[in-house]
Amino acid sequence: MNVGSRLAWRNLWRHSRRTWLTVGAMIFCNVLLVFMISLQLGSYGMMIDNSLGPFTGHAQIQHKDYLDDGKMRQSVPAAAALAQQVRGDIGLESVSARAVGFALASSEERSFGVQISGVQAAYEPLVSTLPGLVAQGRYLSESDNDAIVIGRVLATNLRATLGDEITFLGSGRDGSFAAGVATVVGIVDSGIDDLDRAMAHVPLGWFQEVFAMGDHGHQIVIRFADIDAVTPGLAALAPQLDLGDELVLLDWDALLPGLRQAITSDMASAWMMYGVLVLLVAFSVLNTQLMSVLERTREFGVMLALGMKPSRIARLVGMETLMMAALGLSIGVLGGAAVVAYLSVAGFHFPGMEEMASQFNLPDRIYPEVSALGLLWGPLTVFVMSVFAALYPALRIFRLRPVPAMRAV
Amino acid sequence: MSSIRCNDLCKTFEQGGETIVGLDHVSLSIEEGEFVCLSGPSGSGKTTLLNAMGGLDTPDSGRIQVGDAVLTDLSRGQLADMRLQNVGFVFQAYNLVPVLSARENVEFVMQVQGVDARQRSQRVQEVLAEVGLEGLESRLPAELSGGQQQRVAVARAIASKPKLVLADEPTANLDTRSAAQLMGLFVSLNQRGITFVIATHDSRVMGYARRLVKLQDGRMISDEAQEPTAMVV
Repeated sequence: MNVGSRLAWRNLWRHSRRTWLTVGAMIFCNVLLVFMISLQLGSYGMMIDNSLGPFTGHAQIQHKDYLDDGKMRQSVPAAAALAQQVRGDIGLESVSARAVGFALASSEERSFGVQISGVQAAYEPLVSTLPGLVAQGRYLSESDNDAIVIGRVLATNLRATLGDEITFLGSGRDGSFAAGVATVVGIVDSGIDDLDRAMAHVPLGWFQEVFAMGDHGHQIVIRFADIDAVTPGLAALAPQLDLGDELVLLDWDALLPGLRQAITSDMASAWMMYGVLVLLVAFSVLNTQLMSVLERTREFGVMLALGMKPSRIARLVGMETLMMAALGLSIGVLGGAAVVAYLSVAGFHFPGMEEMASQFNLPDRIYPEVSALGLLWGPLTVFVMSVFAALYPALRIFRLRPVPAMRAV
Repeated sequence: MSSIRCNDLCKTFEQGGETIVGLDHVSLSIEEGEFVCLSGPSGSGKTTLLNAMGGLDTPDSGRIQVGDAVLTDLSRGQLADMRLQNVGFVFQAYNLVPVLSARENVEFVMQVQGVDARQRSQRVQEVLAEVGLEGLESRLPAELSGGQQQRVAVARAIASKPKLVLADEPTANLDTRSAAQLMGLFVSLNQRGITFVIATHDSRVMGYARRLVKLQDGRMISDEAQEPTAMVV
């Protein structure tokens, strides 16, 4: 370490309490930022997965008006065959045809409105998370005909258990009266009450028969390996499809426009809060370094008298700030990483969080995402702003003149 | 390099709405190797003249030449370079960097000069030995007596081998014994060719000078050669 670095380091500890207060503010801010940003990124990932996972998938082929109107007759012809074609086109098995309708579900004791989905039992588990969340019984199999899997809340409301029969009344694609009876083979507990309240899955063939769909469906649901694969995957798929004028290929952003808006809006408000936090730390650094420069005016005057140039003294002040910021950065990132690493396994939960979380399709326990972005973005911003905050005290040195500075008390 | 030519220097200060005369048409020449004391009461202008000679302050009018350099024509950066390379300063209050050890204080100036680490280390050993501070190299200023601190300041001033040392009331904070030791050191360094200009109102210090310049109210009232009367300890 040369004398300049040594001098800068020792200057920091002339007033160790003041330095620790400033470094402490940086550490606190950095730990908080690492935690908040990682939690935010984790919650966005979960929001996207939880919103798209149960039903929507990463992309869908639909009738061009189905998204807006959702009418039974706005359907996809030869849905199962089209799904098979897409599987071949993109080289992925995770493509499933689905038909969706609304019906009155009745058990022996009660009746409730449900959204009933006809699914391909072999492929639905590849595009949806719901089949994996069966709490009682089993999910549909290819050999099932009049079997049904319902949500936990719906089962409670209908007072239905495994083996019970449920009667459905609705209207078919052609406007005819649709009625059918299915036997409960499984009950799903997704953890999201709104979903479990209205969910009912039946085999696609049975649905098409009961609701007079012919070979039609309403959605060809596509799920890619992860969210980052969606855009390139769709870009590759689109030219291979001949959807005609009636069908469209929609990505998750088009299917759930509110999801991105919710994320963007949450990010904007969070960034504003982080900005205020970083500014507070920057002012703390400004205050510390300004005090430090002012109380060393005489010393700097002597250095100037000895022939040291103001730029070199300013660099010394800059080096002190860099050391302080580096200390805050390293301890803050380590502390934040430890907190995030623990919570990424144990999850983060606070009382009363359930209601708020369910509004965003989040479970009552959020797992922060451990990523370089989450760990470094906040602390690096604090680092840069701290160094920037030291510019003013450093620039003041250029105004010093040796003789008046040496007379300073 | 160490000859000093001051020609018709004038300097005034504003203080509390009053104009104070710091230098009033002062002209003075100092040759290489001289040992000069600037004396006079407080406010006589000796520190102002010393600061002007060292390029720490600029006169309102007049011309100062140190060696080949006309200080009144130099920019702030050039003045800083000139001070760094050619002038050693010793101040009344020692003005050491409190967080650096004796060795580091001396080394610091050489590092600013860009002297390489090996040469620095060797030179620090030499000058600390020269000022009698062997064994105290790693002490911080607060762990040294006033006399020892002033010796460190002298070591710092001479580390870069300047031809000119300017000292402003160097003994003001020292006891008689330490002051005598310091002046003995100055005389010894002067005998090796370093020009000394010392601003003082301490009659003990004036006794070491071979030339005494007296100032009063910013004017030079006398400039006399003298035989040193003080005994070197």
